[in-house]
Amino acid sequence: MKLRIHGGRVVDPANGIDDNIDLYIEGEHIAALGEPPAGFSPDREIDAGGGIVCPGLVDLQARLREPGEEHKGTIESETAAAAAGGITTLCCPPDTDPVTDSPAVANLIRERAARAGKARVLPIGALTPGLRGEQICEMVILGEAGCALFSNADRPVVNTEVLRRALEYAASHDLTLLLRPQESWLSAGGCAHEGAVSSRLGLPGIPGFAETVEVARILTLVEEIGARVHLGPLSTARAVQMFGRARYDGLPVSASVTAHHLHLCELDISDFNNQCYLRPPLRTQRDRDGLRQGLARGIIGAICSDHQPHDLDAKLAPFSASEPGASGLETLLPLALRLVDEGVMPLPELIATLSWQPARILGIPAGTLTPGSSADICIFDPDHHWRLIPDQLVSHGHNTPLAGWELKGRVTHTLLAGRVVYRLD
Amino acid sequence: MIQRDIQLDESGRLRHFLTTEGLKRQTLLEILDHAEKFTSVADRSVKKVPLLRGVTIANLFFEPSTRTRTTFELAAKRLSADILNINISTSATTKGESLLDMLRNLEAMHCDMFVVRHSRSGAAHFIARHVAPHIRVINAGDGSHAHPTQAMLDMFTIRRHKGRFAELRVAIVGDIMHSRVARSQIHALTTLGVQEVRVIGPQTLIPRAAENLGVHVYHDLQAGLSGVDVVITLRLQRERMTGALIPSEREYFALYGITEEKLAFASPDVMVMHPGPINRGVEIGSEVADGPHSVILEQVSNGIAVRMAVMSMVMGSRFGEGQEEQ
Repeated sequence: MKLRIHGGRVVDPANGIDDNIDLYIEGEHIAALGEPPAGFSPDREIDAGGGIVCPGLVDLQARLREPGEEHKGTIESETAAAAAGGITTLCCPPDTDPVTDSPAVANLIRERAARAGKARVLPIGALTPGLRGEQICEMVILGEAGCALFSNADRPVVNTEVLRRALEYAASHDLTLLLRPQESWLSAGGCAHEGAVSSRLGLPGIPGFAETVEVARILTLVEEIGARVHLGPLSTARAVQMFGRARYDGLPVSASVTAHHLHLCELDISDFNNQCYLRPPLRTQRDRDGLRQGLARGIIGAICSDHQPHDLDAKLAPFSASEPGASGLETLLPLALRLVDEGVMPLPELIATLSWQPARILGIPAGTLTPGSSADICIFDPDHHWRLIPDQLVSHGHNTPLAGWELKGRVTHTLLAGRVVYRLD
Repeated sequence: MIQRDIQLDESGRLRHFLTTEGLKRQTLLEILDHAEKFTSVADRSVKKVPLLRGVTIANLFFEPSTRTRTTFELAAKRLSADILNINISTSATTKGESLLDMLRNLEAMHCDMFVVRHSRSGAAHFIARHVAPHIRVINAGDGSHAHPTQAMLDMFTIRRHKGRFAELRVAIVGDIMHSRVARSQIHALTTLGVQEVRVIGPQTLIPRAAENLGVHVYHDLQAGLSGVDVVITLRLQRERMTGALIPSEREYFALYGITEEKLAFASPDVMVMHPGPINRGVEIGSEVADGPHSVILEQVSNGIAVRMAVMSMVMGSRFGEGQEEQ
C-alpha cells in the first residue's frame, strides 16, 4: 500500500520542517517528504485540504479504565477517542484493577490495544506492588512487557526510603519514573485549591505547597541519585520555577502539564461545578500563567490530556463526594491550539510539546515524520470551529469542564502505521 | 461559563434559599421584615397561619441535628404545611440508593419543598440543580459552606437589639475554617452593610483567603474584641482537637474563650451570640452564656419566625396579602 498525502502544511518539529509539501507513505512507514521516492506511484491519496499534517500526538497520561472499571471506559472505546483526538501513542497509568504491577496485566493491556488497533498503548508500570509504596516492583520485567514508565499514579510514595531505592534501582537500569508531585498529608481530604474559592465555598483545600514540598523532596533525591524522572502534571507557578532551576542545573528531569490546567483556574469551580474537580486541583490565574510561561520557555516539555473518563454517576454527587478528573483525549489538541491564538507559542513549538518532546521523554522513536519512522500521522484543520457537546464525544467519558465551549481546530484524519484509524465525517 | 443564580427566579425573587452570598440587601431585608410579622404568631392561642396549607415539605437531614430540624418543623407546622421528617443516615443511602434516586422518589410523592442538611459543601446546590422545576430547596447547612437560615436569624436578632446595621462592628470568634454559619454570617453582614466584620482565631482555624470575604483577621482576642458591638462565638467541634489545629481545650479557652473579663474590651452594650449547641468552658464561659449580654436563647426562638419567612417566600406566598387568620 502506497499513500500520498497532499494539499497540507507539513509540520515536523523534530526535523525543523514547516512547509507546504507532500508526504509519502509506503506500508507502515513514512517513505519521504517533499519529493516522492524513485518510482513511487500511490495506490491512494489523502487530500489534507489545506490543513496541518503533523506527527501523531503522544499523550503521557490517559486512563483507559480497563482492566477494572469498564463501566467508565474500555481500551477499545478510549483508544477510539484517542484516534479522534489525533493521538497515536498514549501511556496509561498503573492504577487499574488489578494494578499494573505484573507483566500479565501489562500484556493484557497491550494485547487488547493491539486488537482494537486504534492507538499504541504503552502501559505505565507500577513503581510499588499494589501501589502500596512499601517495596519496589519488578521494573525490568515490566519493562520487557512493554511498560515505558514507572509510577505510583496518584498515590505518592510516602516512605522516602522506598522512593530513594526506587530511584536508585531505576537509575541502575536506565528506566524513567513518572511522579505526580502531591504531598500526601497536605493534600489528604482536599478537593480544591486552598485559596479564595475554597475559602468561600467551604471546600477542603489542597494548598499549592502540597505540590512544591513534594517537588522539593523529589528533586533533592534526583540530585543525589541521578535517576531520570518525569514530574507531572504540574499545577503551580512556584513548582515550575523550582523545576526550571533544576533543569538549569542539569538534572535529568522533565515535566508536563494538562491541557485543562493551561486554560482553567479555581474560579471555574464556582458554584460547585464538579466537572472542574480535577487532581491536581485547578489553581489561581497566576499559576495558570506560570504554567503557560513554563511551556513557552521550554521548561515544561509536554502537554498531556490526563484523560479520566467517568460514568454519569461519578459526577452526580455533591462536589467533594464526586470523582475527580475530566475526559480529555478529544480536547487535547484544540485546547493546545488556543495557545497559538493567544500568543503563548508558535504552532511548530506547540506541536513539539504534543508529539516529539513527549516521545523523547518516553525514549521511543515516535512523534516525528522522519522517513523510515512509523507512519503515525495527525491531520487537522486549524480553522475548523466546533462546539463541544459532551454527548457527541467518542470517549465513554462525557465528563468535561468544556461543555458548550467553542473550540477551534479539529482532527480530520488520524493514521496509525499507515492505516487510517479516524476520519472526520 | 456564566450561570444564572439558581437561587432566583426569572423576576429575581427567591426561589431556593441556598446561601446568603450574592443576594441583594433588599432581599435579605425582606426576609427580616417578613420574619418580624411572623413573630406574633407564637403569641396566639392557635399558633398557625394557613399560608402553606396543602404544601408538603420534606426535612432531609443527612446529618443529625436537633434544633435546626425542630425549628424547621415548627415553622412548617405554623404555616399549616405537612411535614415529613426523613432521617437519612438510617434510611435509603445506607441501602445503596443514590441521593438522586431518593429525591426522585420524594418528588413522586408530590413533595413541594426540601429542607436539606448534608455534610458535604455544595450539597444543597447540587440538589437544587437536579430537582424538578416546581420544587423548592432550603439549605439547612451544607458542609462548611453555608447555613443561611441560621445567619438570617442572627441578623434578625442583631437588628432587634441594635436597630440598624450601618455602624456595627461584629466579631466572629473561633473555628471560622469549618463553619458554615460563619460564612453565611459574613456574607449577610457585609451585604447588610455593617461597618466592620472581624474574625478572631488562630491561623489554623481561619480560612486561607479569609480577607477575600471582606473581613479583618485577628489572632489576638483582646485586640479583636476591642470596641465591637456584637460578638458571635462559634462552636468548637471536639474532633478539631485531633488534627493538630489546636493543642487543647484548656489552651483554646485561655486564648479565645469568651469570659466576662475579655468581654470588657468590647463596647459596653455588646451582645453575645452563639449558634449553639454551646460548649461551656471551651468557647464561652457560663457567666457570659447566662449573663446579661447573652441573646443565645432568643436566637433559638427567632429561628422559627425567620424560617417561616423563608419558607413562605420561596413558596411564592407573602404574609399579610389578604390572608386571614384561622
